[in-house]
Amino acid sequence: MSMSTEYESEPIVLARNLVKRYKDNLAVDGIDLTIHRGECFGFLGPNGAGKTSTLRMASCVSPVTSGELLLKGKSVATDPRGVKALLGVVPQENNLDTDLTVLDNLLTHARYYNMDSTTALAQAWEALFLFQLGERAHHRIDTLSGGMKRRLLIARALIHQPSVLLLDEPTTGLDPQARHLVWQKLAMLKEQGITMLLCTHYMEEAAHLCDRLVIMNHGKILAQGTPRDLVRSHVGGKVVEVPSRGPMADHVTTMAHQNGMKVEEHGDTLYMFSPNGEATPLALELEEEQVTVRAANLEDVFLRLAGRELREE
Amino acid sequence: MTLPTYRTVRVWQRNRDVFLRLWKTEIGGIIAEPIVILAALGFGLGFYVDDINGRAYAEFVAPGIIASYAMFHAVFECTFSTYLRMETHRIFDGIIVTPVSVEDLVMGEVAWGATRSTLTATAILAFTYILGMVSSPWALLIIPISFILGLMFASIAITVTAIVPYLNSLNNFFTLFITPMWFLSGVFFPLSELPSPISTLAWLMPLTPAAHLVRGLAFGELSWSLLGSFLAMMGFLALFLTLALRLMRKRLII
Repeated sequence: MSMSTEYESEPIVLARNLVKRYKDNLAVDGIDLTIHRGECFGFLGPNGAGKTSTLRMASCVSPVTSGELLLKGKSVATDPRGVKALLGVVPQENNLDTDLTVLDNLLTHARYYNMDSTTALAQAWEALFLFQLGERAHHRIDTLSGGMKRRLLIARALIHQPSVLLLDEPTTGLDPQARHLVWQKLAMLKEQGITMLLCTHYMEEAAHLCDRLVIMNHGKILAQGTPRDLVRSHVGGKVVEVPSRGPMADHVTTMAHQNGMKVEEHGDTLYMFSPNGEATPLALELEEEQVTVRAANLEDVFLRLAGRELREE
Repeated sequence: MTLPTYRTVRVWQRNRDVFLRLWKTEIGGIIAEPIVILAALGFGLGFYVDDINGRAYAEFVAPGIIASYAMFHAVFECTFSTYLRMETHRIFDGIIVTPVSVEDLVMGEVAWGATRSTLTATAILAFTYILGMVSSPWALLIIPISFILGLMFASIAITVTAIVPYLNSLNNFFTLFITPMWFLSGVFFPLSELPSPISTLAWLMPLTPAAHLVRGLAFGELSWSLLGSFLAMMGFLALFLTLALRLMRKRLII
């Protein structure tokens, strides 16, 4: 049916010239977004880039200063209740209800969405087993580990089967095992076709989970695309790292420029990016242990785009 | 600002569930404190005090204790407990991203505070009835009135909670407002005993009409002044509920 195709192509999240200004701080500076059903869409950037402000506006707990933000065609400004019913929100800071048990957290949350208690109970148990929390159902929140709390936050956000899941740094502060378990669960949700908006400053997380992402800094979108395209178009295939205070720094910089490579200095390291691919000849010529050649990643894109201003902060 | 909706009930249910889970840890103090104060004032102090308007001091002071403990329960719930839910445990952040609005949330907190007032007032009323301090059937109206009383004080408390920067700032509300009001609002002695500027001032404090109304019902002495007290309470309630809703929205939606 042509109608349904048309509906599918309608963006699930749409922002036009979206601005958020706090008293003396321009947090989001006129961004445009088009996010489609089933996408996992990433917001990448340092603290203060405007990622959380954007998610807060989407979840209707922070008024839009100007511009437009629509979820499934509903405006956050005029229909906050309608928008909020579509969303599941996983906050950066744990805000589980410490007065209630694990199971009661889910049931109480379901009630805020007016779910009937039989459905809520069935959903809650399903979610607890899915997120490996079944044995903890009757425990208090403060007996849970950091990773369990984070999984419970995700389970809670899914209890009413939302159309869009907002995740604000879902693995910050977790140990590696706990982080991988959360990633595994998010990958599973992605396979089920849930639309996700994911804020993170872990490039690995973004590369692993996101279909498309934006790189933000100072409230602006610096670049957007698939992780692979962003790396290819902004950095290239390989990156050469050399200590910037080493004896050969000057020599290497000159050679890199002769090879048509871009050079950036961050901290104690010189990064040499070759937009059109080959960095190996340079590295071979150097023949020093202090030289590293590796595959380019999103972190390089970010360092290139955000550039030196990042270091001022 | 939008108006609270039926979703207020969702927040009230949350607080009720927590109370039903934890009441055993609180109940001792809830029951013991008003009983101790009634015994101390009614039978201890009352021994040295003449009858007031032809009633024993215990009989005079009992309705005042009902009104003031109804006040304390709403005020404690909607200052310290509300503040902890809001700032320390960030529970409100988790609620306002659901279809529950800030106004539903605040109204739920206020309604729960008032529920605690009613529970307390009912318990002390039953106790004073058993001791023969209250006998008029009109005293049954104290139960619904304690809910209005609770709504009024819960709204005042939330208004304060919405603007304090720290948990400890709430102490000022108690030392500078609640405690002086408790002593100067006709709970312990008739306001006519006070010099006239102070007794006039006392009528501007919300506990004064509340205590007057509860006492009138406890004695079964109906007069137009009870209606006046009721209207004054409704006035305080309307003013502070509006403030509470607006200030909480300002605090939570930024």
